Amino acid sequence: MIFLTIGTHEPFDRLAKAVDVWIDQTSPKHEIFAQIVSPTSDAYRPRNFETVAHVPPAEYEKRIIQADLIVSHAGMGSILTAFTHGKPIVIMPRRGHLHETRNDHQYTTVKHLKKRAGLFVANDETEFSGVMNKALETIVGDTPPHLSPVADIGFTDAIRNFLLSSNNN
Amino acid sequence: MNSELHVMAVASAGGHWVQLMRLRPAWKGLRVTYVTTDPNFYQVVDQYAESQGEPPPGFHTVVEANRWQKWRLIKQFLGIVFIMARKRPDVVLSTGAAPGYFALRIGRLFGARTIWIDSIANAEELSMSGQRIGKHADLWLTQWEHLAKPEGPEYLGSVL
Repeated sequence: MIFLTIGTHEPFDRLAKAVDVWIDQTSPKHEIFAQIVSPTSDAYRPRNFETVAHVPPAEYEKRIIQADLIVSHAGMGSILTAFTHGKPIVIMPRRGHLHETRNDHQYTTVKHLKKRAGLFVANDETEFSGVMNKALETIVGDTPPHLSPVADIGFTDAIRNFLLSSNNN
Repeated sequence: MNSELHVMAVASAGGHWVQLMRLRPAWKGLRVTYVTTDPNFYQVVDQYAESQGEPPPGFHTVVEANRWQKWRLIKQFLGIVFIMARKRPDVVLSTGAAPGYFALRIGRLFGARTIWIDSIANAEELSMSGQRIGKHADLWLTQWEHLAKPEGPEYLGSVL
């Protein structure tokens, strides 16, 4: 199963369309489970797969665990969740000038992410199908490493020390 | 003695919340109250507390709002005021976005210390809230080393 998720806040038609085009081109054997935020009347309606508007946390985690591949906007929530479950993920950043989010933070942050097994980046819809095909070839029999479910202890300890130093008032 | 220390941990639903969850060891064993925008998250923190042998955490929600939704922002702000007045935490900590900004500003008026951890999703400049909160945060952090400056924000690590 391929889990398409576009995050919590805003629609992302360009990614839904890119997935539709990719399905037209390749007729994949994978089922698609798609979470697309609050479909407005003028939102893009995928031809090749059904969508849901919202997935509660428990089901979201279940779907992630079931997925062979996650396809997502370049939101850190989706990326971190894929990493902690050891799932390969294809990301495409939202762009500020297309009003897909408030600025280009997804686009610029993706450029700073370290390369990691199981992380595949499509900068835009023209790259998407190629990246999807590469991702599906790569993930056969090759599971990405699991990221720890919590941050590095050096970081959480630094915050903890600050918290504990607040106890004397 | 630290069991008395009360931490309020604030994040809106989505990536901000996912990052907050990765920081939970920082307040392990301390009294914590979560504030977010999705009531479904109670189950997540309650189950975690149980798995850690800890009592159920405090949990409150405010309405979701983006910066264009003025009325919802006002409702969210008032929600934070109400929760803060009742809970009076010693420290308010947030990974963003708007509810965290409000919580730090209001928490400080009530005498709390404040921690802002700017989202890892801002690798080339701080978030809008993160830029504005600087002078109101006792600990003001970026998760990208190249964004740290002598006058703040500081870099102490990241959730990744």
